[in-house]
Amino acid sequence: MRMDLIQPFINSADAVLAQGLESPISIENLSMEEEAYRRKGIAAEVCFTGEIEGRIIFDADLGPAVQLATLLAGVEVSETDDLVSEAVCELANQIIGNAITSLNDQGFHFHVRPPTLHTSEQGSKSSEDTEALVMCFNTSSGNVFMNVALRYRRRRALERAAVVG
Amino acid sequence: MEKFAPVKRSEDGEPVRYLIVDDSVFARKNLARMVETFGGQVVGEAGDGISAISEYERLTPDIVLMDITMPQMEGIEAAEKIVREHPSARIVMVSSVGYQENIVAALQRGARHFVQKPVKPEVLYEVIKYVMRDDGTTARGAGAGA
Repeated sequence: MRMDLIQPFINSADAVLAQGLESPISIENLSMEEEAYRRKGIAAEVCFTGEIEGRIIFDADLGPAVQLATLLAGVEVSETDDLVSEAVCELANQIIGNAITSLNDQGFHFHVRPPTLHTSEQGSKSSEDTEALVMCFNTSSGNVFMNVALRYRRRRALERAAVVG
Repeated sequence: MEKFAPVKRSEDGEPVRYLIVDDSVFARKNLARMVETFGGQVVGEAGDGISAISEYERLTPDIVLMDITMPQMEGIEAAEKIVREHPSARIVMVSSVGYQENIVAALQRGARHFVQKPVKPEVLYEVIKYVMRDDGTTARGAGAGA
């Protein structure tokens, strides 16, 4: 997987989570995922199309998700409150939106769809042209995960290179 | 949350009336909390561009805070339709997707300003003050935000 495509997502998660939680964030782990994705807690999925296609799942265990929602909403939120899943979706939206902003300004053009709650226990497996990378971020509220599965559309890249050249 | 000097309507000194448009309930609540610290009044909310247009017609708010990526009709299209009917409408785009093309498209179609998510209250406050001063005939504001 190309790190120049991944780095904006790491930077964005770092910036958005640190701002929202008002505490530093660290990357606990970063690994390629070869098996089917398994949901860990409250998860939001954002899909995009264009020169880079794929989906990103932002996932947090219930405990950290409740703490995140409480911190971000500024009011006490319970486990059963819809605001928990809303907060996870909005965080995914902000992290992925900021990363996409950076990639677009680097010349990659694609369109992002609104986040949706990812409720199935499993997601699709990696394939030959779609690799999945799992990032684990350590926050003051606990660990949150981002599963990035991207497919870079080579034909469009070659067309862009031909125009530049 | 930080305290801000209230932003009032210049014509009558009344609180600024806001319509908040975002498909995320969470984002709407956060923006509502923020504008209330600016002394504003949230008169309506909408979760997509189509509802935003009908709510604007019904409420004629002073400012619309409009997300871009939404189901059914996106924010830039909704802003364009509102401004076509109401050229004095003050619409501020609030989105996490803040690349140059998006900002330019929003401003060209009638938005007054652009704020990138996550929204910093002090940034939104300055934008609101600027937009409330703007009579709509001056140059549109450039993008702002984190």
